[in-house]
Amino acid sequence: MEKRNLKGWLYLLPAILFLGIFMVYPLVDVFIYSMEEGYNSASQTSYGTGLYNYSYVLHDTYFLQAVKNTFILVIITVPLSTGLALLISMGLSSIKPLRNLYQTIYFLPYVTNTLAVGLVFMILFKKTAYTDGMVNLLIRAFGGSSVDFIDGPYWAKMFVLCFYTIWIVLPFKILILTSALASVNPVYYNAAKVDGTSKGRIFRKITLPMISPMIFYLVITGFIGAFKAYSDAVALFGTNLNAAGMNTIVGYVYDMLYGNSGGYPSYASAAAIILFAIVMTITCINLLVSRKHVHY
Amino acid sequence: MKVVLQNLTKKFPSRNKKNPQDVIAVNDFTFEIPDGKLIGLLGPSGCGKSTTLNLISGLQSPTSGKIYFGEDDVTDLPPEHRGVGLVFQSYALYPHLTVRQNIMFPLQNLKGAQKLSKEQMAEKVLKAAGLVQIDELLDRKPNELSGGQQQRVAIARALVKTPRVLLLDEPLSNLDARLRLQTREEIRRIQKETRLTTIFVTHDQEEAMSISDMIVVMKDGVIQQIGKPQDVYDDPVNLFVAKFLGTPPINVFDGRVVRGHLMIGNDDILTVTNIPDQEVYVAIRPEGFILQDDGPLCCNLSNVEVMGRDVSIVSTHEKSLNVTIRSIIDADNPVDRESDTVRFAVKPHKVFLFGKTSEERIHFEV
Amino acid sequence: MNEFQNLDQLKTSARRKKIIRNVVIYLCLTVWAVMVLFPFYWMILTSVKSYASYNGEYIPKFFTLSPTLQNYSDAFTQVPLARYFVNTIIFTLITTAAMVVIITLAAFAFARLQFRGRNIAFALFLSLMMIPNELVIITNFVTITNMDLRNSFLGLILPSITSVFYIYLLKENFAQIPDELYYAAKVDGTGDMKYLLRVMIPLCRPTIVTIIILKIIECWNSYIWPRLITDDPDYYLVSNGIQEIRENGFGRENIPAMMAAVVVISVPLIILFLIFRKKIMAGVARGGTKG
Repeated sequence: MEKRNLKGWLYLLPAILFLGIFMVYPLVDVFIYSMEEGYNSASQTSYGTGLYNYSYVLHDTYFLQAVKNTFILVIITVPLSTGLALLISMGLSSIKPLRNLYQTIYFLPYVTNTLAVGLVFMILFKKTAYTDGMVNLLIRAFGGSSVDFIDGPYWAKMFVLCFYTIWIVLPFKILILTSALASVNPVYYNAAKVDGTSKGRIFRKITLPMISPMIFYLVITGFIGAFKAYSDAVALFGTNLNAAGMNTIVGYVYDMLYGNSGGYPSYASAAAIILFAIVMTITCINLLVSRKHVHY
Repeated sequence: MKVVLQNLTKKFPSRNKKNPQDVIAVNDFTFEIPDGKLIGLLGPSGCGKSTTLNLISGLQSPTSGKIYFGEDDVTDLPPEHRGVGLVFQSYALYPHLTVRQNIMFPLQNLKGAQKLSKEQMAEKVLKAAGLVQIDELLDRKPNELSGGQQQRVAIARALVKTPRVLLLDEPLSNLDARLRLQTREEIRRIQKETRLTTIFVTHDQEEAMSISDMIVVMKDGVIQQIGKPQDVYDDPVNLFVAKFLGTPPINVFDGRVVRGHLMIGNDDILTVTNIPDQEVYVAIRPEGFILQDDGPLCCNLSNVEVMGRDVSIVSTHEKSLNVTIRSIIDADNPVDRESDTVRFAVKPHKVFLFGKTSEERIHFEV
Repeated sequence: MNEFQNLDQLKTSARRKKIIRNVVIYLCLTVWAVMVLFPFYWMILTSVKSYASYNGEYIPKFFTLSPTLQNYSDAFTQVPLARYFVNTIIFTLITTAAMVVIITLAAFAFARLQFRGRNIAFALFLSLMMIPNELVIITNFVTITNMDLRNSFLGLILPSITSVFYIYLLKENFAQIPDELYYAAKVDGTGDMKYLLRVMIPLCRPTIVTIIILKIIECWNSYIWPRLITDDPDYYLVSNGIQEIRENGFGRENIPAMMAAVVVISVPLIILFLIFRKKIMAGVARGGTKG
């Protein structure tokens, strides 16, 4: 009996070891860091404990800019990408020829390197001395005036960031919603057809409620993912996001940890915990709302 | 509303690329269903009975042929304009709606002049619910109901907009044995009360026989026989129909007619006139045997099963095509269980002869 | 029944509606397909334009008549792209291999072995799934720095060779194998390890393959941790490499060469995807998320 117990734990040992060192311990540690005032990584000393780090972070203009950017990004991309994914998956579900081809194409962004393709988006949107860039060419063709989306006004940069984020997250959402739509038993559609239900009503009264759990799943994971946005911004605007005014909360954490302004794990910890608190709050709200509206 | 099918045919393109011949699910159906009757479409799985139902409901459209409801040609009408109520095998109750919302669903689809007020809808829902006796369940969700209750809700939903024809797809197959008995009587009662022309599909012959006014026996997309259940049972047109109807199933023997004598092996069981000498299938209903010490048919006794009112004698015969012969005898008759053999006489009207190759019925006179 | 009189109208109008609807659907789907494909087209196109012709186009052209592979050779000679590539392959292979071993052992213990504390341990493991990477990465950075493992493969690899989610996925799959097989093997005197290797792993190969592919994608695209832990270009992975190329390589304006590097980086995963399309999509639908 003793031997058997030992054996089980032995099989688990590597996993426990790595999870312990790189997940459990850091989780505790990050709270300690965030409370230690004036922690210095070189001498590993601190003055004392308290909430000073939080207060510092919350008064840092870079952090406030990052929070603002992140919230704008979340509010725009989560509903837009979910709605767009729903439209596209409904289109996909209603066709037969070429369906596989479309599905394959739509999934491509999922398997691309965010940083690499971000570069392509950058050159598409960027305006330089040599060229106005692809997108500006289009804008001009429609009679608008060209804008530098990468180094130009704030809203232009935010637009590219949102656009690229949606482009990146859409494959996953389309995939999930297409399979959700496919899993609705066709017998319900037949029943509704015999009863003369209109297409719109079938969608509102049958399809939507039946895939609502998946939609809420996407909204919840979408919020979580969008709050952690970072690499997309780096891909478009470079590593010095503070200078570009396009930093995100996660970007702020990493910059604090190691970057142009870095070397302050305490501030980074405080910012990370604030982010975590925001995400938790939003997720809880989401879950409460979904309990009211999801029918299973 | 009578329903008429005229040369109705449905072909499906073959999925098998090596054999690109179309699959004919329904082959040249012509029959008329009188107004207000309950019709059972009966056949083994894959015989095209569900396809027939889908053609009548309009969910599928026929390759050729016509469908009439009364005098109206509805062949090309989409389902919502046909006025059919359809109860699905799996009931297809919307899981996120309550029973009341489920039943009300078809009414809310009505548009224009047919549009109903809320009160009218509520009243119709109550009426339909009352008819199938689920008044107390209206505010529950489908997953809180038993199978039988779900079935009733599905019927109520099909009835609520007073369809011209009611269609039921395997209505009892998802119920356990006890509920099945109860529900089929229920369906019969509802049909009688509403006087709706009702067509239901089943693979269970007992179910079809017990409640139908008329049964349609199908095989491989072809109608075998149409008639009142008792008539079809007593007078099957071919071996398939004879074998398909009745429990326990009919006993089939290899036999031959020799100079007016019907022989099973060496046993001369009947004298038949008007049939030329030939090999035949002899089919005898289980209740067609008479226990008789000097009876002509001699079988090897395997077992006697007491069933109360009747006894079932299980025996074998070298010419029998069934593994065992089952005969149902009144329990008053003494059976010698110790004996190795048992002898029977047969009731001529329970004996059917079928051609060896055609498997068509050969009528004989005693 | 007035519906029956205009039956023909009903039929033609329904058919017309259906055609229009299909045209609209295909049109919309195609628009988005173009949106998805255009960046890929543009990157390949730009990568074969010569430096001079690219910079000469004030209005970018949608095609080129004189494609050149010069940019690709520049990408491999002027910046250490090959180095980044090899680094990423080493990182991906070792991380994936080590992870598969560790999670298989853990999943086997949870699914098959009986030992005291198993259920509590599993519940604790599951609860770890909720911890966001952003919270623990700070301490990990400090830990790796203190272990003097910055700018080393060990430092890159160590924190990412366990995944609670994949342990969970594999455990669920293992648990579906009927107990009888295990008892039969026991009666025949098969040891646990042999049973795992000979029976469970072959039976669950599809899941393991899916996990491997998903992990490879994740490794190939990982950016944040490598960025924190390496500042010596000798240890850059492709993501960091491309960022480095963007900010310091080629001189800032040689965009065609940059695009050549982007193509080289993107191609392996796209090929992997096209080969394992069904597996990857099914695997992602089962619980992958981006990042």
